[in-house]
Amino acid sequence: MTATLLRREPPETPAETSSRRLTERVFRIRESGIVVVLALFVAVTTGVQHRFLSDSNIQFVLVNTTIYALLALGETMVVVSRNVDLSVGSVLGMSAYLSANLFGEHHGIPIPVVFLAGLGIGLGWGLVNGLVVAAGRVPSLVVTLASLYIIRGVDILIVGGGMVTANTLPGSFTGIPKATVVGIPDLAIVVAVVIAAGAYYLRTYRSGRELYAIGSNPEAARLAGIPIGKRVLFAFAVSGAIAGVAGVLWAAQYGTVDSTAGTSYELTVITAVVVGGVAIFGGSGSVVGAALGALLLSTINSALYVLGISDFWDQAIFGFLLLLAITIDRIISVRLTAALRLRSTHRGT
Amino acid sequence: MAPDVDLAARPPGPGPSGLELVRARVPWAFRWEAGLALIVVIIGIIGTVSSPDFLTSSNLFNLGLSNGEIAIMALPMTLIIISGEIDLSVSSTLGMASCLLGFLWARHWPMIAIFVVIAVVGLAAGALNGLLVTRLGLPSLAVTIGTLTLYAGIALILLGPNTVSNFPSAYTNLGVNAVPGTGGAITYSTLIFAALAVIFGVVLHATPVGRSIFAMGASPEAALFAGIRVKRIKTVLFMVSGLVCAFAGVLYTFRLSTSVSDNGVGLELDVVAIVLVGGISIFGGQGSVPGVVLGVLAFAGIQNALLLTNFNQEASGVVAGGLLLLSVFGRNAASYASRLRAWVPALRRPTEGPADGQAAAGGQP
Repeated sequence: MTATLLRREPPETPAETSSRRLTERVFRIRESGIVVVLALFVAVTTGVQHRFLSDSNIQFVLVNTTIYALLALGETMVVVSRNVDLSVGSVLGMSAYLSANLFGEHHGIPIPVVFLAGLGIGLGWGLVNGLVVAAGRVPSLVVTLASLYIIRGVDILIVGGGMVTANTLPGSFTGIPKATVVGIPDLAIVVAVVIAAGAYYLRTYRSGRELYAIGSNPEAARLAGIPIGKRVLFAFAVSGAIAGVAGVLWAAQYGTVDSTAGTSYELTVITAVVVGGVAIFGGSGSVVGAALGALLLSTINSALYVLGISDFWDQAIFGFLLLLAITIDRIISVRLTAALRLRSTHRGT
Repeated sequence: MAPDVDLAARPPGPGPSGLELVRARVPWAFRWEAGLALIVVIIGIIGTVSSPDFLTSSNLFNLGLSNGEIAIMALPMTLIIISGEIDLSVSSTLGMASCLLGFLWARHWPMIAIFVVIAVVGLAAGALNGLLVTRLGLPSLAVTIGTLTLYAGIALILLGPNTVSNFPSAYTNLGVNAVPGTGGAITYSTLIFAALAVIFGVVLHATPVGRSIFAMGASPEAALFAGIRVKRIKTVLFMVSGLVCAFAGVLYTFRLSTSVSDNGVGLELDVVAIVLVGGISIFGGQGSVPGVVLGVLAFAGIQNALLLTNFNQEASGVVAGGLLLLSVFGRNAASYASRLRAWVPALRRPTEGPADGQAAAGGQP
């Protein structure tokens, strides 16, 4: 990992705007690459099976994407800061059960309150993760691997053999994923707005940029006076809170919630983020790319179904894509660094 | 994630105190392993006092049975973590081997041929991890999360929703019977673990390769400049891990007499927890095989204690996860203490100036 650190491009000075332009162009190509793959995939699948582009299937894919895209937003913030949050699936599961269970326990509870409860549960766990990582100086991999199983275990202890069934949920709640505006699910629009806001924050706000700085070189970020602990804590808190809200949406979408809800979602989310061009070493990548990654994975899932291929192939394909994406990213970054070095030697800087 | 930055903070120490003088005289008593041995003895005493069944051969047998595979997988994981990497794909390598066994057995392959295939697949699975990590320079965390997904996915493709369970009793007996002549206390998996522990212990602590593994974990660049074949050794370590985990999958299948696609899901936590409880530093470069053996004993002992209470076994992740966190915190305890002193003036020793606060808050690599 030290090798990666050493090979990272030198900090940019105003004189190196052409280098910056090159860097930006490469990353834009990386992101539009996903769009191209996505388009190819849709075109080929539609060619074989026309019903793939039917209204109902598009709606299905979009609604399916929303939860992963939301989780990918939080995960991106964490990964960009050179950390990882493996606990999102477990947080989603606990939030899904506890929030859906509220309908059974308090009849007529307003739906926004349920969403707030889910948000609170997720935020709580996110803060725990973030505090342990930031204050305990323990690698996030270890912390969230532990909390992945601790949260799931606590969930199992709470749920026991119980389960929330769809008939205890109000129709207005389970109807949330089904509502559409001109054929587009409401939920997809809301999530797109949230992702746009997240992208704007990470791109524009100082604290958002600082997450990238921490991820590309923690030591330099510390010397530059960036409050690393605070920023990392914030990233984990957001990731947890989002997973909490996603849990409520999960309950609305599936209706039946037991203690296994969201199991191994973390793998899909990390795959979506990395396939979407967020460097697993931290420091680069965008929320929009991650959301496109989530859309690509949902599309693949749906395409396999439509083409009549067993969905048992999903996981292997996702794993392969993840490995492919990190390999491509690595090759790009090595080439890019070489190109930048060449430029700076030519200009004699 | 970046072991070279910030986290390995060792603030400049104060002058020698009473405790440190004792430490200089009897250094072994301050080793992680010594504390762990004490904990294992305490668990043993509490267990024996609270339940007459604790030290019976049948209980020891059950302990060996339920922890055999994860204990075996912990040995190659120990070497990998000491070398500064991690392998999260162990559980899905186990699962993939288990499914392969069922898949080929259902197609009437001879068992010997199946074992050969499983050995090759295990080695290949490890080689893929190793080559991606060493030749492409990718972080092992990302690579093995990818292969964790990939290998579990291959297991799903092989068996789908099916279950294979018509294995011959000559083999499944190996999974559930005791080794003859041990009074019914020792399982085959315990025996294999013991033999492997000796081999891994000798390799790690008594050969040049073992010293190289410590060196590359402590400082990859220094190891490279010292002429150690870092990439080759790491690749071999991942391959050994793949091979060992694949055969742990065979053991697992014979123990449960079942090959099903979700075999082994989640075991990577138990393996990592055992290794870290055993005193291996997650940042690499520190630890010992005897420590991991003690880690296995402590882990098994606590599991057993929970079994005797009415704890929901499905929630055992709470315990494994808690142990994992505790052991990582435990190793960092010294740095927390000095950071606390830097924060709270009343706790500061006279030798420490206020400037120490800055070093402790940031940490030097």
